[in-house]
Amino acid sequence: MAHAHAVKRYRGLMDWLTTVDHKKIGILYLIGGGFFFLVGGIEAILIRIQLAKPELSFLPAHTFNELITMHGTTMIFFAAMPLIFAFMNAVVPLQIGARDVAFPFVNALSYWLFLFGGIVLNISWFFSAVPAAGWTGYVPLSGPEYGTFGVNFYVMGLQVAGIGTLIGGINFLVTIINMRAPGMSFMRMPLFSWTAFLTSALILFAFPAITVGLVLLMFDRLFGANFFNIDLGGNVVLWQHLFWIFGHPEVYILILPAFGIISEVISTFSSKRLFGYSSMVFATVLIGFLGFMVWAHHMFTVGMGAVANALFAVATMLIAIPTGIKIFNWIFTMWGGHIRFTTASLFAMGFIPTFVMGGVTGVMLGAAPADYQFHDSYFVVAHFHYVIVGGLVLGLFAGAFYWWPKMFGRILNERMGIWTFVLFFTGFHLTFFIQHILGLQGMPRRVFTYMGGQGWDTSNLVSTIGAILMGLGTILFLVNAIITASKPKNAPADPWDGRTLEWAISSPPPEYNFKQLPLVRGLDALFVEKSEGHKAMTPAEPVGPIHMPSPSLIPIVFSVGLLIASLGFMYANQPFSNEFIASLFKNHVIAIAGLALTFGCMVVRSIKDDHGYHIEVEELEKEGVHQ
Amino acid sequence: MSDAHVQGNTLPRELEKATLEGRNKILGFWLFLGAETVLFGSLFATFLALRDSVMDGPAESELFKLSMVAVATFILLTSSLTSVMAIQAMHRHNLKSLMQWLIVTVVLGFAFLGLEIYEFKEYVHEGHGFTTSAFSSAFYTLVGFHGAHVVFGVVWISIIIGQLRTRGLNVVTAPKVYVAGLYWHFVDLVWVFIFTVVYLMGKVG
Repeated sequence: MAHAHAVKRYRGLMDWLTTVDHKKIGILYLIGGGFFFLVGGIEAILIRIQLAKPELSFLPAHTFNELITMHGTTMIFFAAMPLIFAFMNAVVPLQIGARDVAFPFVNALSYWLFLFGGIVLNISWFFSAVPAAGWTGYVPLSGPEYGTFGVNFYVMGLQVAGIGTLIGGINFLVTIINMRAPGMSFMRMPLFSWTAFLTSALILFAFPAITVGLVLLMFDRLFGANFFNIDLGGNVVLWQHLFWIFGHPEVYILILPAFGIISEVISTFSSKRLFGYSSMVFATVLIGFLGFMVWAHHMFTVGMGAVANALFAVATMLIAIPTGIKIFNWIFTMWGGHIRFTTASLFAMGFIPTFVMGGVTGVMLGAAPADYQFHDSYFVVAHFHYVIVGGLVLGLFAGAFYWWPKMFGRILNERMGIWTFVLFFTGFHLTFFIQHILGLQGMPRRVFTYMGGQGWDTSNLVSTIGAILMGLGTILFLVNAIITASKPKNAPADPWDGRTLEWAISSPPPEYNFKQLPLVRGLDALFVEKSEGHKAMTPAEPVGPIHMPSPSLIPIVFSVGLLIASLGFMYANQPFSNEFIASLFKNHVIAIAGLALTFGCMVVRSIKDDHGYHIEVEELEKEGVHQ
Repeated sequence: MSDAHVQGNTLPRELEKATLEGRNKILGFWLFLGAETVLFGSLFATFLALRDSVMDGPAESELFKLSMVAVATFILLTSSLTSVMAIQAMHRHNLKSLMQWLIVTVVLGFAFLGLEIYEFKEYVHEGHGFTTSAFSSAFYTLVGFHGAHVVFGVVWISIIIGQLRTRGLNVVTAPKVYVAGLYWHFVDLVWVFIFTVVYLMGKVG
C-alpha cells in the first residue's frame, strides 16, 4: 500500500525546515544551542567588563540586571539544554541500534518549540523590555507590582520551550525502552544512552513543576490572580518551591548527559572498557532519584526551620556518594589504559578535577549553617559555574570533538582543538576559582558594581581576564568548525577506534542509519565484534525495504502559533497608537488566533495519516557501494 | 505498515498493540500521564497552600453545594465506565458499539462541563471571582485546569469518532482510541482527587 504514495523529499532549506530525521535535528539543535551559547557568552563578557574595576560605569545598573537575567536564562534553557539534545539526537538512536527515535515528528516539534521559545525570550531586546528579575524569577521582584514588562517574555519563552523539552524527554524515554536493537539489553547500553534515559526521566517529572509556576506567575501578571500577592493572601515562598522542585532536578538533567559523554570519551581514549559499568549505571539512577529530594537546599535562608533544613542538608550530601563512585570509576578506567591525548580526551580529563571542585563546594553549601554565610555571595556563583561550565560545558566540548566526525563526516582540527582546550580551561579557572575567595571575602552576587579598597579589585580583574580567555577559546572553536566545514567529507566510519554501535556505520550515517539492524552480543557492541576479528556488526535481519516517516512543515507552524499567542497575551493590556491594532490585542483576538493555529496543527496532524515512504532494497544496495 | 489492511477475523484482539507505532504511542502516553500527574500535583499543592487565604470572599464551607458537585462526580465517573465499554467493544472489533459508547462518553463529558460552567457562574455571583483572593485564584486554576482537560478530551474523542466513521477500525485508529481512553480515565481520576481535596475537605474543614 505504501508504494502507492509519492515519495515527498525536499531539498535545501525546505529539507531543514521540514526534516524529521534525528541526525539533522541533532545538527539543528547544535546550531540553535550554539547560537544562544554565543549570545549568553557575549552577555557574560559584558557583565565581566562592568565588574573588572570598582565603580565602573560601563553599563547602567538596570542593563546589568537585564544581562545577568538573560545570561542565566539563555545559558540554562537555550544553550545547555539544546546542546544536550543535540548530542542525544545525534547519538542515542545510533548507540542503541535504532533507525530513528520513536516519534520523529514529535522530535522536530521539540526542536522548533525550543527555538521559538528562545526567540520569544530574546526578542525582548528588540522591544527594549528585557526581563531583569534574575534567572530564578523570584516573586515579588518578577510579580505584577515590581516586575518590569520584560518578565512576560521570560514567562512565555520558558513555557513554549518547556513544552518542547517535555515532549523531547518522553520521546527519548520511549525510544530507549522500545527501540533497542536485538540483543541490546539495558545493561549492555552505552553509558551516554543510559544518562540520556535518566535525563529524560528527570525532564518528565521536573518540567511540569516549573510549567505550573510559570502559569501561576502569568495569571498573576496578566489576569490579576493573587498567587503571589501577599495583600490578598498569596505566598511568595510558593514560587521558590515550585521553581526549585524543577530547578534542582534541572541541574542533574544538565550534568548527567555530561557524565555520559565523559564515560564514553574516557573509555574510548583509554582503550579500555568502562571500569565498574554496572556501578556507573546504579550511580546515575541514584543521582537521578536523589536529585528530586534536595530542592530546598536552595532555600536554606528562607526560614523553613531547623528540621527541614537538616533533612535537605543530609539528602544533599548523600549525592556526593554516587558522584564519588563515578569519579573513581573514571580514574580507574584510565588506570593502566593506553591513553591517547586527543582534544576530546583532554576535555574529559580536565573535567574530572574541575567537577570534583564543584562537587566539594556543593557539599560545603549543603551544610545548612555554613550556607547562611555563603548564601547570595560570589561563592555560590563560583560553585555553580564549576559544576555547569567546568562540568557540563567541558563535557559538551569533549562530546563535540568526539562525535563531530559522526555528525558531519569531518574531523575537527586537533591542533586548534588543543589550543581551544588550553584557552578555555585556563580561562575558566582564572574566571571562577578566584570567585570562591571573593565570595568568602563577602562580595555579594548580582551587584552591578562595588567600592574599591575592599580587597576585591585584583580578584575581579583576574576574573574578567579569565572570561576573555574563555571567549577566545570559544571563538577558536568556531573558527575550527568553519574551517573544517570547508574540508572534504572524508572522516572514516570509526576514527577513534570506538567501542560502541555508532562507530559501526559510516560517518555521517545514511538516513536510515542501519541497512540491517545489528545483533548486539555484549557491552561495547562494536568492540566485541572487533575482538573476534569481525569487520562489521552481525546483522539481525535480512535486507528489506525500510519505512521512513515523511517530512512535515507542521512543527514549525505549530510553534509559530505559540509565538503569536505569547505576544498576543503579553500585549493585551498595552497601549497602541493604532486603535484597530489595540482592539485586536485587547480582545485577545491575536492570542486566540495564535492558539487556533497551534490547535489547528494538532487536528490536522490527527486527521491526516502519515504514510511515510519506503527505501527499496535496490536503493539500499546502491548506496551501500558508496560506503 | 503493510499490515494496516488486515481484515475480519484475522485481526488481533488488542489491535492497539499490533504495531510498534501503536506500542510506542501507548507507552509515550503513559509517560505523558506521569508528567500530567506532576502538573496536577503542583496545582493541588498550590491549592492546599492557599486554601485558607479567603480574605473578604466567601469561605469554602459556605460556597460549595455538595449535591450539585456529587451529580457532576457521578456523571464523570459514569463516563469513565462508558469509555471502558468502548475499549471492550474495540477489543471485540465491534465498530458500531465502539462508536456508540464513545458518543455516550462525549455526551456525559459535555453534561459535566455544563454543570461546571453553571457552578462557576453561581460562585462568581456569590462574590467568589478569579481575582477575589489567593484562595479563589487557586480554586479556579486547579478546577479550571481540570475543566480544560475535559474540554480537550471531548473535542479529541469527537475527532476520533469522526476518523472511526470514515476509516473504520485498524492499526492506525485503534491506538488513538486506546490512548484517548487512558486520557479520559486520568481526567476522571484527577476529579476524584478534586472532589475529595477541594470539595469534601472544604466542607468538613
